[in-house]
Amino acid sequence: MATTADHFHGNAADHGHDHAHDHPGFFARWFMSTNHKDIGTMYLIFAIFAGIIGGAFSGMMRAELAEPGIQYLDTFAKWFGATNPDFTTTLHTWNVLITAHGLIMVFFMVMPAMIGGFGNWFVPIMIGAPDMAFPRMNNISFWLTVAGFISLMCSAFVPGGTGLGAGTGWTVYAPLSTYGSPGMAVDFGIFALHLAGAGSIMGAINFITTIFNMRAPGMTLHKMPLFVWSVLVTAFLLLLSLPVLAAAITMLLTDRNFGTTFFDPAGGGDPVLYQHLFWFFGHPEVYIMILPGFGIISQIISTFSKKPVFGYLGMAYAMVAIGVVGFIVWAHHMYSTGLSVDVKMYFTAATMIIAVPTGVKIFSWIATMWGGSLEFKSPLVWAIGFIFLFTVGGVTGVVLANGGIDDALHDTYYVVAHFHYVLSLGAVTALFAGFYYWFPKMSGRMHSEFLANLHFAIFFVGVNMIFFPMHFLGADGMPRRIPDYPEAYTYWNHFATVGYMVMAASLVVWLANIVYAFVAGRQAEDNYWGEGATTLEWTLSSPPPFHQFETLPVIAETAHP
Amino acid sequence: MASTAPFASPDQARRRNRRVGLIGLAVALAMLGMGFAAVPLYRIFCQVTGYGGTTQRVDAATAGAVKAIAHPISIRFDANVERGMPWQFKPLQTTHTIAIGQRDMALFYAKNTSDKVIVGTASFNVEPEQAAPYFNKIQCFCFTSQTLQPGEAVKMPVLYYVDPAILKDKDNKDVEQITLSYTFHVTEIRDPAPGAKTLDRGGVER
Repeated sequence: MATTADHFHGNAADHGHDHAHDHPGFFARWFMSTNHKDIGTMYLIFAIFAGIIGGAFSGMMRAELAEPGIQYLDTFAKWFGATNPDFTTTLHTWNVLITAHGLIMVFFMVMPAMIGGFGNWFVPIMIGAPDMAFPRMNNISFWLTVAGFISLMCSAFVPGGTGLGAGTGWTVYAPLSTYGSPGMAVDFGIFALHLAGAGSIMGAINFITTIFNMRAPGMTLHKMPLFVWSVLVTAFLLLLSLPVLAAAITMLLTDRNFGTTFFDPAGGGDPVLYQHLFWFFGHPEVYIMILPGFGIISQIISTFSKKPVFGYLGMAYAMVAIGVVGFIVWAHHMYSTGLSVDVKMYFTAATMIIAVPTGVKIFSWIATMWGGSLEFKSPLVWAIGFIFLFTVGGVTGVVLANGGIDDALHDTYYVVAHFHYVLSLGAVTALFAGFYYWFPKMSGRMHSEFLANLHFAIFFVGVNMIFFPMHFLGADGMPRRIPDYPEAYTYWNHFATVGYMVMAASLVVWLANIVYAFVAGRQAEDNYWGEGATTLEWTLSSPPPFHQFETLPVIAETAHP
Repeated sequence: MASTAPFASPDQARRRNRRVGLIGLAVALAMLGMGFAAVPLYRIFCQVTGYGGTTQRVDAATAGAVKAIAHPISIRFDANVERGMPWQFKPLQTTHTIAIGQRDMALFYAKNTSDKVIVGTASFNVEPEQAAPYFNKIQCFCFTSQTLQPGEAVKMPVLYYVDPAILKDKDNKDVEQITLSYTFHVTEIRDPAPGAKTLDRGGVER
């Protein structure tokens, strides 16, 4: 807390007075950090690390799915430490892979990168604040996330019922996760979610306090950049939904270990209750992952169109509307659990309503570009890719929202295609867009625009090759979560596996670009994107000083958000 | 929430931050509480609405006021035990065709095939689920737990009727048969008391 207060006096230009403060030792700077930029950097590095592991798991899955039959799962089971795996253990390894891939990508890649990484870095700067409201708590949030990740990794090497590791799917449905999975693995998984959840709740409180209390003079709520709006809405979603997940998984834990029967019919419980609780969290969670992406895309489109975003207030309140409605549509994940026709009708209608504010956003982005002085720098290329991919995923979402159609498509690859178009392609594309937009600001070194565009081209082809055919497979009835399939599905599965290799090649280009920037990249100017970049981070040096805005900026009455 | 940060002293700023932070914490804790409160709320919701095939429970007086009408409906009976539970459990009739509103008794047979005393509890529901709000039980072995001594067999009654209001419900207009299903779960297993006689009260093996 004392650190926060210190930042309110003094002068950014005068670095002499707190020299020791500016250059803490390596351990003090990175392990005890209370600086929002350092913590943001750590979140980004952590997310990249976790993303590589989660991405490797998906590579293992695509390798297995390249041909019908079981090819590699045996070997994978041995990697996790199984000796002489029998057929059941081998199949269990598949469940471990899908579980770990889902949990890592959701909780340890997208969320840390979007909220912890870009949120920490740019929310304080964009509102003209010296740091987050609770810098110490910010540090705890980060290390809790790391601890959660370690716990999840541990779970892969301990017994989880039919084999090593937790094989419950990321949804951890009872009864598979209760008496269906004896052994410590699921407990480790639940513990991982508790830790990451606690870290995220603290982060959410931190963002809400920062955005409400620490805006610079003149920075009213309706002048905040849309990225800040997106993080504010996300923080509220986290605050309201994550505790419900915490309650649900705590009940799982006591059902597993202490003889309670919250989800066990033998003692008067109901496993369907777990699904209701999980999806009351789970549905807002998908908006938690995508809303900050919306914010990033808004900043980028506005910057490279060289004009303010079209319909600013509509954009901000569309996100609020998505957040609010997102809380009352959860049972569309549960159409096959025996909901009555009336309940299905309600959830179908409510779900489709979300397409309205989402449509407002898509059209406003296009309207921002319309008549703008477009400059096709790499972040804009990625942002346009995002709009396309997210819209494809949104359209299949409207299809799946229909209770009647979902009866046929539930748990098929159509669903896998849908949520990867909005998340793997949507959220991840937004992350890369934000990365190229802000990387020189964060590092002080320019990346190569050629490599960034090459990365986009290969990535775009690769991910569409992976996921577009999954629509066909799903519509033909291929079930998800199964490592084997009949001959008829071979062609498109093989195609998707080739697509994975293309996508993986694009990541090599990306890593090469980072190396290039640090080795040969030229020094980035304060505002390297030029006149369209109007938010406060462009008034600072690249990288920004260790402590910014010790004299607070004043936002003019007439300033455009 | 007005942005007054520049003129706030560090102390004031800290107080304001702490207030918003604590409100945030309170909201998180309230949602945690809501998560747990969902358990009893969900149970009440199911009982009231018949959600998930939860049948209704009525007392004899209410049931006495219901008049049967000449509209037949078929009731099918189904009995299961939890995997590995050493009980034989079956309905003594496959179906009953009754008039809607007419009170009927169905019998179920259970036998403990182990050498332990086993206390069991039956969970229940009906299919189709939308018929549940109209399926009324006056008496049922599922209201309490059942204790069977080693080798003991019993006949257990269910007294029920179908509420005539079902005929007015559009969701139930094509329902001609309702399946009433039970599953016995082990509640407790204990060794028989020393010297206790092995009983066979039922003796109704078919």
